Amino acid sequence: MDLVSDRGRRVSVDELNTSQLLAHARKEANRRKLDDILIVDVDAHHYENEHMDEIVPFMENDVFRQLSSSGRARGNLLPQVIGYQDMGGRVTRYPLRPSEKTDHKIRDVQLGHRWMDAMSVDYSCLFPTGMLSIGSHPQKEMEFELCWAYNRWLTEKVLPESDSRFFSMLCLPISDAEGALRTVEKFGGCKGVTGFMITTVRNLPVHDNSLMKTYRAIEERGLSLAFHSGVSWGENMFKGCNRFISVHALGFSFYNILHCTNWVINGMGERFPKLPVMWVEAGLAWIPFLMQRLDHEYMLRTSECPLLKKKPSDYMRDMYYSTQPMEVQDMGALETTFRMINAETQLLYSSDYPHWDFDLPTVITDLPFLSEKAKHNILGGTAARLFKLPPRNDAQRANLKKYGNLVA
Amino acid sequence: MAEKLVGKASEFHDGDRRIVFVGDKEIGVFRDKGNFYAYSNTCLHQAGPACEGLIIAKVEERLRPDKTSAGMYFSDTETHFVCPWHGYEYDLKTGEFVGDRKQKLRSYQIVQKGDDIYVVA
Repeated sequence: MDLVSDRGRRVSVDELNTSQLLAHARKEANRRKLDDILIVDVDAHHYENEHMDEIVPFMENDVFRQLSSSGRARGNLLPQVIGYQDMGGRVTRYPLRPSEKTDHKIRDVQLGHRWMDAMSVDYSCLFPTGMLSIGSHPQKEMEFELCWAYNRWLTEKVLPESDSRFFSMLCLPISDAEGALRTVEKFGGCKGVTGFMITTVRNLPVHDNSLMKTYRAIEERGLSLAFHSGVSWGENMFKGCNRFISVHALGFSFYNILHCTNWVINGMGERFPKLPVMWVEAGLAWIPFLMQRLDHEYMLRTSECPLLKKKPSDYMRDMYYSTQPMEVQDMGALETTFRMINAETQLLYSSDYPHWDFDLPTVITDLPFLSEKAKHNILGGTAARLFKLPPRNDAQRANLKKYGNLVA
Repeated sequence: MAEKLVGKASEFHDGDRRIVFVGDKEIGVFRDKGNFYAYSNTCLHQAGPACEGLIIAKVEERLRPDKTSAGMYFSDTETHFVCPWHGYEYDLKTGEFVGDRKQKLRSYQIVQKGDDIYVVA
């Protein structure tokens, strides 16, 4: 196929086949015997926005469903995100995606299995793409309807076809507190649902009183709560940025910093001590900054955080973080970050595939400062304990047992 | 070092690229402005297929004498090839990673015998 290059010139590249594109990943996985390690990817994506024809019929409200059903509306249901993730076609899997051939009844399952097999990933937590901007939808009713429909489609049509290799933390429509609680009650027991996910591109305070019943319901069910970050060039503070790199670098960190600060300072860790909380897709460099910053202010303004019984960084160390996009340019800083977050027990590998800045499992296996136990934990052992995932072969079973991660 | 036939020079046009396999080595061979270049097809970043993606001119930002920006342009002289996994960009003439030119892909010698093009690896 041809891709458009500079000045309209066309460059011929192979048609997209994910297995072929990732053949080098498979080679690296073989070289490191990664199939012997249980690898859990806690943040992978599919393009659910390309399946709105299948999702919209699951909307609960007759009027919103009708409103969303016309061909013209289906392409405009989600808040639009300005961006150049494909870098002008340099990341070829974006423009070539429609060309990839599949023969499975659920296309996204087959695409997922292709990248998982190439990377030696055993299980993936499947998150949406377009729905990551749902928190900036102006209609809270529509946020609920779209989350509800997507969650039904995912749990009824997609996850059951994945050979139990996909799981998900489902979209939580927190702009509608009652709807969020209903979402937990409806889907909390579904197969493949390990928790719920709040998209952080939003301004609603996550510590709002209206949400406590929802958090309690998640905690009572032994499920997890994830905050998945994102990007919005429309955010007032980013309107001064003239390049997508700036908005992307700051945005993903910014939204997690914002909501993590509110979560910690308002004592959510004290209110829900048994609720596993995970911060997803903001990299790791923001965490030491926030720990230092909040601890510093806490020492001076303790009276503003009456629920806290320990330093903010201690609460942050109780929570979980996903690895990607892991900033590796300064290995010393990365090692310090791993120490500060107790990475051996709190960090979980994520690829973010197929998005442009995905990471292979080798970003963990090749770190020079990690013990074997830490590598196994981060790649999948910790997730196996958290989400009760069984090994897929005898070598994985032995490794999970060796490092105390065999629970299923 | 073995010589591996890449193809006929007369059938290899400017802007063309081929991937050849020599033992366990994957090598990308490019033709640009009449010259041949050959580099390892393993990206320095995460081992992606560095030579298999888009070939595109370097993007430049031009400044006026008063230091104001005159905007971005495609270079008339420098061509890049881009790893399709993450967008790591390499200088076609040197194999240098343009984000840090101290890093470069392993290059391979090209030999032409008559109309036949060989890579030495």
